[in-house]
Amino acid sequence: MTVGIVMLVHTALDRAEQVARHWSVAGCPVVIHVDATVSRRVYNQFVKALEDVPTVRFSERHTCDWGTWGLVAASQSASEMMLKEFRDVRHVYLSSGSCLPLRPVKELIDYLSARPRTDFIESATTADVPWTIGGLSEERFTLRFPFSWKRHRYLFDHYVELQRALGVSRKIPNGIVPHMGSQWWCLTRQTLSAILEDPERDTYDTYFKRVWIPDESYFQTLSRLFSTNIESRSLTLSKFDFQGKPHIFYDDHLQLLRRSDCFVARKIWPHATKLYEAFLSTPEGAVKMAEPNPSKIDRIFAKAVERRTRGRPGLYMQSRFPNHGWENGVTCGRYSVFQGFSDLFEGFDHWLSKATGAQVHGHLFHPDGAQFSGGQKVINGALSSSPAQRDYNAIAFLANMIWNTRGERQCFQLGPDDIDAPLGFLARDPNAQISVISGAWAIPLFNSNRNFSDLRQEAARLQKQESEQLDALRSPLSKARIRIWTMAEFIEAPMEPLQSIIDEMGQHSLRRLSEAPRMTDLTGFGQFLQNLKNQGMHPYLMGDFPVNPPGLNQTKLPRKPYLVQ
Amino acid sequence: MGFWTSYRLRIQRRRWLVRSIRKRRELRSIADRTPSINRDDLLLFSTQRNEHVRLPYFLNYYREKGVNHFLIVDNDSNDGSLEYLAEQPDVSVWHSRKSYKRSRFGVDWLNWLQLRYGHGHWCLTVDPDEFFIYPFCDTRPIRALTDWLDASSIKSFSAMLLDMYPKGRIDEQPYRAGQDPIEIASWFDAGNYTMDKNKLYGNLWIQGGPRSRVFFPNEPEKAPALNKVPLVKWDRRYAYVSSTHMLLPRGLNQVYDEWGGEKASGILLHSKFLDTFTVKAAEELHRKEHYAASVEYLAYAAALKDNPELWCKWSEKYINWRQLEILGLMSKGNWA
Repeated sequence: MTVGIVMLVHTALDRAEQVARHWSVAGCPVVIHVDATVSRRVYNQFVKALEDVPTVRFSERHTCDWGTWGLVAASQSASEMMLKEFRDVRHVYLSSGSCLPLRPVKELIDYLSARPRTDFIESATTADVPWTIGGLSEERFTLRFPFSWKRHRYLFDHYVELQRALGVSRKIPNGIVPHMGSQWWCLTRQTLSAILEDPERDTYDTYFKRVWIPDESYFQTLSRLFSTNIESRSLTLSKFDFQGKPHIFYDDHLQLLRRSDCFVARKIWPHATKLYEAFLSTPEGAVKMAEPNPSKIDRIFAKAVERRTRGRPGLYMQSRFPNHGWENGVTCGRYSVFQGFSDLFEGFDHWLSKATGAQVHGHLFHPDGAQFSGGQKVINGALSSSPAQRDYNAIAFLANMIWNTRGERQCFQLGPDDIDAPLGFLARDPNAQISVISGAWAIPLFNSNRNFSDLRQEAARLQKQESEQLDALRSPLSKARIRIWTMAEFIEAPMEPLQSIIDEMGQHSLRRLSEAPRMTDLTGFGQFLQNLKNQGMHPYLMGDFPVNPPGLNQTKLPRKPYLVQ
Repeated sequence: MGFWTSYRLRIQRRRWLVRSIRKRRELRSIADRTPSINRDDLLLFSTQRNEHVRLPYFLNYYREKGVNHFLIVDNDSNDGSLEYLAEQPDVSVWHSRKSYKRSRFGVDWLNWLQLRYGHGHWCLTVDPDEFFIYPFCDTRPIRALTDWLDASSIKSFSAMLLDMYPKGRIDEQPYRAGQDPIEIASWFDAGNYTMDKNKLYGNLWIQGGPRSRVFFPNEPEKAPALNKVPLVKWDRRYAYVSSTHMLLPRGLNQVYDEWGGEKASGILLHSKFLDTFTVKAAEELHRKEHYAASVEYLAYAAALKDNPELWCKWSEKYINWRQLEILGLMSKGNWA
């Protein structure tokens, strides 16, 4: 008993010839169907080239257009020929010209001999699988498809529309249940001959001639009628990408294919010389009875599809430039933005980097240029601190910085003066953790040695700018983790919000903060604000600051409030 | 896109094509081996001027990658490069004395050659200092890529220009003929590129890299464009508009995905910054035959006078295409 190979061939005939020889040397008869579009001259040459092989036959030729009946007709006539001419064939294996046997043929024969009644054909009902192409699943079986999807897409689409509009629905003959699956099957003589010799075959053929992609449903459906033992999987390793076209194997897949233990793979690039050499010359050594295990290949191709459809989050590049809302991650990693903290606390940057281990920058959007950590002029990815470079495309600057430093958390300061910061972008980025102490910009003014009229003007300007920034952050489209405290609110219990910010950053410490940053001395700050008010400038962003708050100053603050539990 | 824009672009495309047909008269055939081009051959189009020293490596690099025929326009070289090219068995070469600038930096000449010889072929259009890198280029020839593109019904393939530079002064290490220029200029900027969509032509406009960082620190808008579409399954109705940055019809510029996914793309390693550059920059300054009154070269000359070092602490050293993929400069897309 042996396996008969049916090969459907349309290009790369030299490779098909090689493979056909390989099969027949190993004792498998081969019936080849050559697409009717192949020219007579080329066909004759091909037939002549295989003249010397006694167990190769050529079947009646049909035109095989993708997704049309021709492929089924070709399989039918080739299978009929196979069953008639080679009496000792028990399984018929349908393959294509770009299929390549990966394991010694003997292993396939043994594998199938051990399962003499099993039909290997992937076959699932439309309801159970999401395989749809062109938005059609059940309608494949209830509409008519006389036009080619590849060549006459317009007619195809509009004819479908028309049928939908008219409410056309075909009757499925004899109550068969349509099944679909990979077109590469391996059926037993019993099942296959039952399908081909069925008295109702004409009915089925007429029906399936107008079904869409019948090669994925004809045998899959009818084998359910006759088979006693269907194993719903294909023995051919064939992966499809998101457009439904098969992935192609190249020389560099050699090891991967070797380890897959699959019997046959498709499709192989015709110029993959190494693959053809390696697999067609495998010495018949110890026969393995391993089950096919394509999981690693599955993973690689699944990843490729994922990359094509979802991409890498936060990446903007020549071939990925997502529209608003389609970024699948506006930036590639989490980062923290602090506004007002470095005004309120002395040495906040240093403290933050010690407490979290993150990379802490100054004001990235400072009008004089980006203040990268350590005062660098250029950082990761050769990103320049030049203000012109940054402001030319501030969003790209930020997205680039987060991308370039992936794996390391970034923190930076923001202030009312950083008018070029892309706040809208920050606000709609779920990766951004934005913490604002509003009104803290008044502290440097309070501590500065400037004329009061200047201070008043400056305060009015900063207040206006910060208020605009807060409006941007409070946009209904905001997706960032945004916390805004007024300064008065914040200094009441500064450690609590600090602790939760640090906790949320999820950096190393499980420990509580052991050291609080030192707060600037605020003695007299209330009076300073009152003076501004008296001058007609109402500072409201810092909240309600009493003129002489009872005991508002540094020494009264508990230094290590969380040490004692 | 409205009917009107579409109509305008069509008229513009026709105009470029007519112009290129007119400009064919400026080309004189020196060695015409185009009858030997086969139906499926991969063609490479290029213009060159006094690049003799680069040509041996350039030709070999692309021969190894599977280019079958080179179609080159020589713009009045006097360093023997024309004669060298004419001797090569797989090169057809034309000569022109006319202005590079008036032929829109060679685009008109190449549009003509592509119209005449490129129809139905995959055409790669690169300069002699550009080296095409694509996913799996270490194990698969360009034909594997074009076959895959054909199977995926993709007609154009993007490859961003990546400026390569040496560590130290640009003129420190002399380049020898036949040498891989990336051995010298092996560094690049990994993550300072900005992109913007060109609404009219639909292409991305990419800028950045060392040229923007060093030569245009305060006017990045003047930095040269880096987006390129060098590999196209040519049709006689197509036309490059401005260098290989963009094409018409504009559907060919849609080489990027807008719904979050990544399309497959490559890189053109740009080995302009070798010791030959300083001489070239000086010459081009006189000829004024380059883009925007050679503003680029003016900036180079100014910057090169004091500190011709492009390298910085955060420069990345080139290893292979996988490194560029990981850095996010190119993508495998769904090719696996």
